[in-house]
Amino acid sequence: MSELKVTAIKEGTVIDHIPAGKGLKVIQILKLDKLDGGALLLAANVHSKKLGKKDIVKIEGRFLSEEEVNKIALIAPSATVNIVRDYKVAEKFQVGIPEEISGILKCANPNCVSNHEYTTPKFYVISKEPLKVRCHYCERTMEEKEILANL
Amino acid sequence: MWKGKDVISIRDFSKKDIEYVLKTAENLEHELKEKGSLEYAKGKILATLFFEPSTRTRLSFESAMHRLGGSVIGFSEASSTSVKKGESLRDTIKTVEQYSDVIVIRHPKEGAARLAAEVADIPVINAGDGSNQHPTQTLLDLYTIKSAFGKIDGLKIGLLGDLKYGRTVHSLSEALTHYDVELYLISPELLRMPKHIVEELKERGIKVYETSDLESVIGELDVLYATRIQKERFPDEQEYLKVKGSYVIDCEVLKKAKETLKVMHPLPRVDEIHPSVDSSKHAIYFKQVFSGVPVRMALLGLTLGVIE
Ligand SMILES: [Zn+2]
Repeated sequence: MSELKVTAIKEGTVIDHIPAGKGLKVIQILKLDKLDGGALLLAANVHSKKLGKKDIVKIEGRFLSEEEVNKIALIAPSATVNIVRDYKVAEKFQVGIPEEISGILKCANPNCVSNHEYTTPKFYVISKEPLKVRCHYCERTMEEKEILANL
Repeated sequence: MWKGKDVISIRDFSKKDIEYVLKTAENLEHELKEKGSLEYAKGKILATLFFEPSTRTRLSFESAMHRLGGSVIGFSEASSTSVKKGESLRDTIKTVEQYSDVIVIRHPKEGAARLAAEVADIPVINAGDGSNQHPTQTLLDLYTIKSAFGKIDGLKIGLLGDLKYGRTVHSLSEALTHYDVELYLISPELLRMPKHIVEELKERGIKVYETSDLESVIGELDVLYATRIQKERFPDEQEYLKVKGSYVIDCEVLKKAKETLKVMHPLPRVDEIHPSVDSSKHAIYFKQVFSGVPVRMALLGLTLGVIE
């Protein structure tokens, strides 16, 4: 398919195998929709052998931190991240849900101290499938729906 | 081992930790009986920070510290402090730790004790954070059971009343998963133990029976732990009226119980236990209140490092 060539980037990151419909959410949680960045490309509903339909996000001139990669895993556990240098894939890895999630997710409990005091919210993953996490502070369990709403 | 440790959640306690606290409390209770007062914490200062009032818990901690020979400073409501002026919890803790050797905190927000422990270099003991944890209550409940029976393993324990919102029964049942016990969960349909807790109990090998009929199971039980149905937890007064007074433990009901049945209650009670039960051999809820002192003495002494 030619579309990959048309949208090829020299340096940057390609996030592939995002479940169809979640591409925009990936862009939002990585805050890529800001005007001062490089080119940002979203391919939605692309045919995929593995997933049927998938989304792809390409970001020019930007590389992801481990924290950002883990963040993607929470909404798109099937995603793969490709680091592109000089038009070639220099590195490729599968995202993974970490044992601990620090700083990227807010607690859904309105009475949790982490929503009122200066803290880095922290969660322990108690189940990956279905996704369930426990707040380090209030010990409340959050399930997938709440997690996605609080990312 | 224990010096500098925080006491935040019963989840953080292994069976070995629990047993160690109970053993230390037992030793202290005996020693206290012999000597009248102890001097382990002489020169040490406890700060009790009660951001919301809980007179019993505060008095129990203060009594424990005095019995250990230490002294106490603190406040019993946030409105009299700079918190009212908008001071953050972090700053309050950083300040208070300059004045004291150990902090006991009660706070309306869940997770506040955990945060306080992260901020402070001195040990922090959780005396209740919102609807989350109250680990010293659970430890004193276990201590009371152990004092009454000499063991916890092998007992049939009934938890009665508000099992849905009751923080004490949630933590107690969690702590009991370390032991070989059978749990009878007795509540109105509206106030059943949350499903995820029941599942967790079963997963961890506890035999669990759920019923709303106290009389049908009371004959089986070694311990009956009653809780108050808390009006303030109900979003709708009509719902509360439906379950209010669901269970009243009186001498009549207790005729069906084993001679050796012990009745517990975290107190305060409303009408769950008739006052005529107080003088019966079944009642150990005031002994339970007393247990708070040696258990808290143990926790204070261990975390201060003055008892090993
Ligand atoms: Zn929380």
